[in-house]
Amino acid sequence: MSPTVYHYLTLSAILFSMGTIGVLTRRNAIVIFMCIELMLNAVNLSFIALSRHLGNLDGQIFVFFVMAVAAAEAAVGLALMITFFRNRESIEVDDINLLKW
Amino acid sequence: MYSYDYLWLIPFFPLLGAIINGFLGKKIKSEKVIGGLGTLAIAGSFAVSCFYFFQLLNDPQKVHQQVIGSWMSVGRLQVDWGFLLDPLSALMILIVSGVGSLIHLYSIGYMHGEEGFYRFFSYLNLFCFSMLMLVLGNNALVMFIGWEGVGLCSYLLIGYYFHKKSAGDAAKKAFVVNRVGDFGFLLGLFLLFWTLGSDHGVWTLNFVEIAANAHLLGAGSAVVTIVTLCFFIGATGKSAQIPLYTWLPDAMEGPTPVSALIHAATMVTAGVYMIGRMNVLFFMAPSTMMVVAIVGAATALFAATIGLAQNDIKRVLAYSTVSQLGYMFLAMGVGAFTAGIFHLMTHAFFKACLFLGSGSVIHAMHHGLHHAHSHDDPQDMRNMGGLRKKMPITYITFLVSAIAIAGIPGFSAFFSKDEILWFAFASPQGSPWLWAVGACAAGLTAFYMFRLVHMTFHGAQRTAAKARDHIHESPLVITIPLMVLGLLAVVGGYVGIPHVIGNALGHIPNYLDNFLHPVFGATQAQAHGAASTEVSLMVVSVALAVIGILLASWMYLWQPELPGKFVANFKGAYRTIHNKWYVDEIYDAMFINPTKRLGTFLWKGFDVQVIDGIVNGTGKVINAFSKGLRFTQSGFVHNYAMTMVVGMVVIVAFFLFR
Amino acid sequence: MENLAQIAMQDVNFGAIMPSLVLVCFGMALLLVTVFSPRGKTTHVAYLSILALVVTGIVSLATWTPAGSLVGNWQEGFGGSVRLDNFATFFNIVFLIAAGLTILMSDDYLKREEYPIGEYYPLILFTTAGAMWMASGTDLMTIFLGLEVLSISLYVLAGFFRRQERSNEAGLKYFLLGAFSTGFLLYGIALIYGVTGTTKVALIGEILANNPSLLTNTMTLAGMGLMSIGFLFKIAAAPFHMWTPDVYQGAPTPITAFMSAGPKAAAFAAFLRVFVIGLAGLQDQWTSLLWILAVLTMIVGNVVAIYQTNLKRMLAYSSIAHAGYALVGMVAANAIGLSGILFYMLAYTFMNLGAFAILVLAGKKGEDNLTLDGFAGFGFKRPFLGVAMSIFLLSLMGIPPTAGFTAKFYIFAGAVEAGYIWLAIIGVLNSAVSLYYYLRVMVYMYFRDPAEDYGWVKMHAGAVLSIVVAIIGVFYLGIIPGAVMEFAKLAIF
Repeated sequence: MSPTVYHYLTLSAILFSMGTIGVLTRRNAIVIFMCIELMLNAVNLSFIALSRHLGNLDGQIFVFFVMAVAAAEAAVGLALMITFFRNRESIEVDDINLLKW
Repeated sequence: MYSYDYLWLIPFFPLLGAIINGFLGKKIKSEKVIGGLGTLAIAGSFAVSCFYFFQLLNDPQKVHQQVIGSWMSVGRLQVDWGFLLDPLSALMILIVSGVGSLIHLYSIGYMHGEEGFYRFFSYLNLFCFSMLMLVLGNNALVMFIGWEGVGLCSYLLIGYYFHKKSAGDAAKKAFVVNRVGDFGFLLGLFLLFWTLGSDHGVWTLNFVEIAANAHLLGAGSAVVTIVTLCFFIGATGKSAQIPLYTWLPDAMEGPTPVSALIHAATMVTAGVYMIGRMNVLFFMAPSTMMVVAIVGAATALFAATIGLAQNDIKRVLAYSTVSQLGYMFLAMGVGAFTAGIFHLMTHAFFKACLFLGSGSVIHAMHHGLHHAHSHDDPQDMRNMGGLRKKMPITYITFLVSAIAIAGIPGFSAFFSKDEILWFAFASPQGSPWLWAVGACAAGLTAFYMFRLVHMTFHGAQRTAAKARDHIHESPLVITIPLMVLGLLAVVGGYVGIPHVIGNALGHIPNYLDNFLHPVFGATQAQAHGAASTEVSLMVVSVALAVIGILLASWMYLWQPELPGKFVANFKGAYRTIHNKWYVDEIYDAMFINPTKRLGTFLWKGFDVQVIDGIVNGTGKVINAFSKGLRFTQSGFVHNYAMTMVVGMVVIVAFFLFR
Repeated sequence: MENLAQIAMQDVNFGAIMPSLVLVCFGMALLLVTVFSPRGKTTHVAYLSILALVVTGIVSLATWTPAGSLVGNWQEGFGGSVRLDNFATFFNIVFLIAAGLTILMSDDYLKREEYPIGEYYPLILFTTAGAMWMASGTDLMTIFLGLEVLSISLYVLAGFFRRQERSNEAGLKYFLLGAFSTGFLLYGIALIYGVTGTTKVALIGEILANNPSLLTNTMTLAGMGLMSIGFLFKIAAAPFHMWTPDVYQGAPTPITAFMSAGPKAAAFAAFLRVFVIGLAGLQDQWTSLLWILAVLTMIVGNVVAIYQTNLKRMLAYSSIAHAGYALVGMVAANAIGLSGILFYMLAYTFMNLGAFAILVLAGKKGEDNLTLDGFAGFGFKRPFLGVAMSIFLLSLMGIPPTAGFTAKFYIFAGAVEAGYIWLAIIGVLNSAVSLYYYLRVMVYMYFRDPAEDYGWVKMHAGAVLSIVVAIIGVFYLGIIPGAVMEFAKLAIF
């Protein structure tokens, strides 16, 4: 049995959920960011599967955009984490709690 | 043909004055220039008002609108910056600018040497501008600007002595309570706009068009009743009626001219004016009218009882104002619109005079106590007494106004109050009960006013001996407004002599009735009753007033030890009245504290405890079971993310399963 | 190969992205300028970026069509994925005003806080360009791209004070949560793409209209829900608002000001275009959701704001509440409501940026004094700033004759006309609640003895200019809103 689009979509949904749960549960900001990347890539998988299923290229083009944007986001995000680390010597999100209430 | 092209000048002058004094006042420095400028600005609008008033008298056409420009257009609704001059607004601008001018003049003397003199005049001018916008606006939104503007200025002026915490609190209370009322006003407006528009195709907020199309709503229909009730809630806020009156007595923290202008003569009557302006709507809602009449009568009596036991001279006057406003609402409620506006006018004269007189007394007391380095309260009547000799002009004008407010024949309030009482008795919406409550309140009014007069001006001098010698009459700039207002308090009533007296004296017409006829003619209730009944009721109420005066004289002049015994024998009753029936405390307990608690709960409780609690709490529970599992140890970012996920799930579920 | 050729053949109309193109070119040029400027000298960069905004404004206005958005004489490009119609132009002007006021108040602020770094200004320009793509994007791809350009620049700006822990934290929080919400947005887009086979907003609308069976499809509904989260996050609607107070409080004050106006308006622009055009067939569904969220947002923003003592944080909650008011217009979804949102965004830009400009001036280095107590007696010591702050607060309360009043009036009138009278009533009730915390600032400014002489407050030309412009805007929109409202009416679909 060859995989159909539904299999891909299911896999993508599972990956997306894993990413979401990871964001909710991990403490290290970098790991959280990796989980977000996982979510984005899950979406990419959906896009590609759908693009092939529908027979048009829009989805694949979208994936390129997402990848480019994710790269830019990673650059900025890691820079922010480094400055945070310099000040606090920590990258645990539990330490990001100066501003509250 | 008469032209009404310069109506805009009337609010413009005070606005200009406010701007100049506000921005340049600090540079100008000279009190004379600042005060003169402020007074001139409002006197200018008085002059223009007079001009248009007399022009309108001669003009056969009584309703004029001047549109300056378009303000907002929403769908089919066109809202203009426009003014409306008809007999009602003509009378109002005359009162506002006239009394306003006198009080501005008075303030030059009263506020002499105060820090921020320019600020005071700037606010006062700004207030006059707003008030004039309120009365001149040709649509409900322009009126609303004025409505909000007077509230704001009142707030700024009550808190004028900002270093006193009580002043700041009072200012805030006034503003917030007023907003509760405003809200009723806005709701009523929305509802009126919407029903007239969507059900009847008339999208308008213009008063003339509303009046012309009001019949579409159907007399007595639920919509009219709700709309008018909303408007009435607005009026109770601004005009200090039960249950929203509590801010007015506290508002006495402001300088006395402010109390005279805003909290006696003009702003607090805005609610009465608004009902007058919307008289067609109110006419169509008899149930609302009944509510208005009952609330008015109840306020009149209730506030009068509180006035009996206050010792602060301005607080007595404040409760008296609340009580007199109650009379005006009683008049509106029984359909005697003319009588209500009439009382509004006479009240503006005598109450302004009383407040300014009390200001003159306080001014002198303050001066005297200051010289004697005494820390006695200059506003406490227990520290006064026998000031008659020291301050003859103040005394005479005060006495005249007190006689007027007591309703002694020949003085202004006699005419207006008795017309109200007569309508309360004999109009179709009236009832003997309303009359009885009103008459009782009249008796109480006479009592507490003369209690005030006796404690302040007659009897033994209770002021500290050292201070006594330094008390003297105020300067001319203060006494001239007093004399003018005192004169008006006497003669102001003769424009509206009741028909029964007019007929008896030989066909003197009721000028005010005729003048206001174009506005109220169609809606004014007709009192049905024999002339003899009217005369006998008049006699009864005058008799009650006289009894009140005599009782006050007996207790506070001839037998000064009596009140003490009285208090001792009826401790509970006295304390209840003295503490204003504990209404403030009840409000605190019922509304303010729960709201505060809700706020704290949502902030600390919801944000911190519930959200954190759910996430943190679950985390901690799991932690307690197994330390190794750092599964849901949540920092704040986790909380936020968690909330987002929960929101996401709920939203998607909402779409999928609804 | 055929497909690639097709793509290459598609019309690339630069006219359709001209405003943002100008802005981006200026931005990149300015990056170079800062490289060759001496350390610590940034004033000329600020001036040049103002110039950039002015040029962009002229370019933007040139594309305005008096005939209205519906008539087809707009600039369209990139295969129909960008369209510069009146709707986009109106929002572009809002962004430009927001960016302009922000830059005006920034120059001296950066020096005071000892971060005179020139890259700050190009970043604002890039953010603005991203916002413009969101407003003019007619393809989910363009909108996503715009959103990301805007967000990434903002992450940097929020964490701009890199040695200050608060700023770090704001940047990092914003980044993590923003990226998280992007994931949902993208997933939603993917699902909608799966259902309709396209990412073009107008085409999505057509396909859904032609195939009613798709309207009840699980993927469509889930896609709509997920997509809305991305936008709701950016406009700070409850329950996606939780980042707002923290980020607003920690970010440099001018950036906070900008975030509350520009990006919020951009998110509204994209939200409106996608939902009103693309998901028009599901209007019943999303209005009933937004009805609830609008109420929730107004209540959360207003009630929590009551207990704030830090003014930046208080204004953050207030901005949540204002997003709620604007959502009311979207629920109404009629001509008045939608043009009311446009008007509201402009009005809010003026009043909120004005209020923040005063905070910029009143802050000491480090900004620990932006609390209520820190403003005791401020009105007396600094009369001009006190009066200006009062005007902005009154406008935020919605007191006539200020912009805040007319804006709320339009929104609520739209809701009333559409029959959502209860929503309007709740809105009015909420603005009554909001009075409490706005008023408290005035009470502190005028009814408390001055705690200090506020000698550090220096009236810098740029910030004062932005305050004056904001005051003029507030009164202009409050007293004669007719002209702008006409523009807003021509700008909606």
